[in-house]
Amino acid sequence: MRYGRGRQIPDAEGDMTPMIDMTFQLIAFFMILINFSEGDQNQLIRLPASELAKPPETAPAYPVTLQMTSKGTVFYGVEEYTLDGIIPILQVEKQLVERRGGDYRDTTIIIRADRYAKTGRVQELIRTCQSVGFEKFTLRAKQEST
Amino acid sequence: MKFRGSGTRSGDKIELMMTPMIDVVFQLLTFFIMTFKIVSPEGDFYIKMPLAAPSAGVPSDAQLPPIKVRLTAAAGGRLAGIYLSERRLGSFEDLRQQIRLLVGDQAGPSGAGDAEVEFDCDYDLNYENVMKAITAVSGYFAPDGRIVRLVEKIKFAPPRKE
Repeated sequence: MRYGRGRQIPDAEGDMTPMIDMTFQLIAFFMILINFSEGDQNQLIRLPASELAKPPETAPAYPVTLQMTSKGTVFYGVEEYTLDGIIPILQVEKQLVERRGGDYRDTTIIIRADRYAKTGRVQELIRTCQSVGFEKFTLRAKQEST
Repeated sequence: MKFRGSGTRSGDKIELMMTPMIDVVFQLLTFFIMTFKIVSPEGDFYIKMPLAAPSAGVPSDAQLPPIKVRLTAAAGGRLAGIYLSERRLGSFEDLRQQIRLLVGDQAGPSGAGDAEVEFDCDYDLNYENVMKAITAVSGYFAPDGRIVRLVEKIKFAPPRKE
């Protein structure tokens, strides 16, 4: 194509608006779906699956999440403990609930055990929690599509 | 108030600096993509583990004895056998059918009343087998997609030593 002499060539500018629109939509999508709850998730734990596992309708008043690995150790948050080593942590949790004016017996121990953990070991964890005074337990499973 | 030069430059186009904004937006997008992880939904099974053993004495008529389910382990923690009150069952589906016969499944979504299951498992049994058994006694999906609850009271027998 040939331009006439003295005629100015227009700047070739791409329209940025659709790209920016799309980018903001992507950011909004990821912001909504981002999950910062690292304390309740652990890459070492492969939960057993259950088709009947449904998220609870109401959150427990005082939840304490304990995660048991296939080796039989227990994660509380990001720290790994033995079964005996978790007792002081549970006692602190008990005191914290009482200081907040609650009843420690309302504490729900959420057990996220690895699918290859030994059942006896999971039961020992429950017994350890019972020895501190906790009575409510829930076993967590991954939701399996039917 | 009169702006200087307003009469001469009224037709100039004001251009915003888009480059820094696009830079930041792409950095944000990269951050969210890198930290994104797909978390599958999780659910809970409530288990009843009272602190002390129930007081000895004559149980009331309304208090039914728990249905005892025994799970044995083979080498490596694999499931060796499922027993319902000493009777061997072939699969977890058989266990579900037997539980349906025992407690009835007319209770609907609210569960089967006072029925209680006690699991007695070998120490080395892989935990996923217990979860399968809990699923089998807890309920099933009806053809219309709703969940029919069977037993909601679950407890464990004392752990068997290695």
